[in-house]
Amino acid sequence: MATMTTPAVTTTVDLSVQSVRDLNSALHKAREGSWHVTRPDGAHNLAVGLDAPLDVRIDGHAGYYCAGMNQHATVTVHGNTGVGTAENMMSGTVRVRGNASQSAGATAHGGLLVVEGDAAARCGISMKGVDIVVGGSVGHMSAFMGQAGRLLVCGDAGDALGDSLYEARIYVRGRVKSLGADCVEKEMRGEHLEDVRELLTAAAFTDIDPSEFRRYGSARALYHFDVDNSSAY
Amino acid sequence: MYDDPSARGLRESATFDRATIHAIQRAAETGVYDIRGWGAKRRLPHFDDLLFLGASMSRYPLEGYRERCGTDVVLGDRHATFPLHLDTPVTIAGMSFGALSGRAKEALGRGASDAGTSTTTGDGGMTPEERGQSKHLVYQYLPSRYGMNPDDLRKADAIEVVLGQGAKPGGGGMLLGQKITERVAGMRTLPVGVDQRSACRHPDWTGPDDLEIKIRELREITDWEKPVYVKIGATRTYYDVKLAAKAGADVIVVDGMQGGTAATQDVFIEHVGIPTLAALPQAVRALQEEGLHRKVQLIVSGGIRSGADVAKCMALGADAVAIGTAALIALGDNHPKWEAEYRELGSAAGYYDDFQAGRDPAGISTQDEELAARLDPVEGGRRLANYLRVMTMEAQTIARACGKAHLHHLEPEDLVALTIEASAMARVPLAGTDWIPGAGR
Repeated sequence: MATMTTPAVTTTVDLSVQSVRDLNSALHKAREGSWHVTRPDGAHNLAVGLDAPLDVRIDGHAGYYCAGMNQHATVTVHGNTGVGTAENMMSGTVRVRGNASQSAGATAHGGLLVVEGDAAARCGISMKGVDIVVGGSVGHMSAFMGQAGRLLVCGDAGDALGDSLYEARIYVRGRVKSLGADCVEKEMRGEHLEDVRELLTAAAFTDIDPSEFRRYGSARALYHFDVDNSSAY
Repeated sequence: MYDDPSARGLRESATFDRATIHAIQRAAETGVYDIRGWGAKRRLPHFDDLLFLGASMSRYPLEGYRERCGTDVVLGDRHATFPLHLDTPVTIAGMSFGALSGRAKEALGRGASDAGTSTTTGDGGMTPEERGQSKHLVYQYLPSRYGMNPDDLRKADAIEVVLGQGAKPGGGGMLLGQKITERVAGMRTLPVGVDQRSACRHPDWTGPDDLEIKIRELREITDWEKPVYVKIGATRTYYDVKLAAKAGADVIVVDGMQGGTAATQDVFIEHVGIPTLAALPQAVRALQEEGLHRKVQLIVSGGIRSGADVAKCMALGADAVAIGTAALIALGDNHPKWEAEYRELGSAAGYYDDFQAGRDPAGISTQDEELAARLDPVEGGRRLANYLRVMTMEAQTIARACGKAHLHHLEPEDLVALTIEASAMARVPLAGTDWIPGAGR
């Protein structure tokens, strides 16, 4: 592996000099510590498969699957990210200071994904327990087939929000262009306000009023195949 | 007893045969299409339509029981640090826990390990039973990502990115509510008892350019240690194989339309996809043109039943085969000893395909604990290992007769076709002629 500069507590990896393989290999071997990744220049697969409570800061834009399958680590991207940010994350925290491309948080089982800007289409697709907080808006088909977890959108949601939803919970502050098949608006009760408050606090979006959000979930009408519902499939 | 109507001179319609009439009547009564397991049941051009040319004057055979005929295969040495080294090219195809019982998965692992080959998870994640009993375990990476997690990814011996399967290329999966028990639901993060749908497209990539990045992600997560397979249902096989190879696959799995499923619409199984025999030569040609034949290994599945089928696949250019339906039969599926219970379910031994219903008398395609207890995983594993050994020995017998010291030395030149269709698909001459329909165009 190429040489890395090691200041007192933070290891710096300059991706204009070292490879993505160098970076991920070093992160997989580390059990603790802080890492500073510079000059990512949109490289794919940065900080994937981490399995330790590392603190990773990426200065710049990242490509596809940044922080994919993350466990335990905190990854902060000071830039935008490509497709599938934090896909299948199990635990830990991933924060994107800019915008995230489509399928952010796809199939993620746990942890917290915060996108401070906008997230594109299919944000939270097939989510399985993750918490996703988006500071801006999300694109069409977000939370498609969402099974578990919470998606909180501080801006607007695009077409077909929550299409074919299972048990994932969705909160949107702004306008929802349309709801997908079997997704309905539901009453905001006390526990849901608490949900929203908890997610806003976790994301450090403390200047937003939880009461401004509306809740969406599955009508559970498509849980069993019924020929009378064939037009909804 | 019913009489035989044809003996009275009555004529059955070839177009509206009894199965067709029954299907129309069933649709008219229920208003729902038929969902079933198994693969295509219709007659298709298949490996039965090929024959080997044993050695005689112009070729020297090898001595049976004396001269060595190798059967080992290495899968995934293109990029992976730890490719799979298998003793036989007959592997076990992906079948899910959920579709099958935990004991059936354990039996598959036991049998495969005993015979020195690999087994494969399915939609629904990796069970401890299967991991524990499988020396070589391929972990499927499916659109649903049910049960997918990096810990199991690291425990796997290889990763198989599934784009589709032969029984339903272009379709997602389904597991009906009666099989979604608490354990199955927990592994898939779903409510108990729902009719579960598995997505037909991956949620975070579309097309070969994305797949290349996805494969690199899986390699990065697992430190480039494990082979990455790509599995496709046989349709536009020539192009799909080229794209999969270019995307970086170490191994490509092509599943023909005879490949089985646990639950799919009958109309889908019988009318979408192409036969295994038609797909295999396309896949080989695609790899040859890319200079990747034998570098990217090719596994073929869909209707593989015997050592003859294995040898024919090898001769046409496959590196290995995978069996699913045949493995379940070896475990005890469709065994005559359950005839009375098959009849109670409206079926018969040899015909039973309601794997979706979860009432399998043989205790294989079920989550019912009482039924599942009928399958002893140790005995099931023994039966599967026996069957795998027989297939391997049968393939060796044929290879020796063709003068080949390894199954991979078999070649298309060793084959002829019995029918014009098989000749055109397999690109080997019609028996007794030097004619291959369509050759030279």
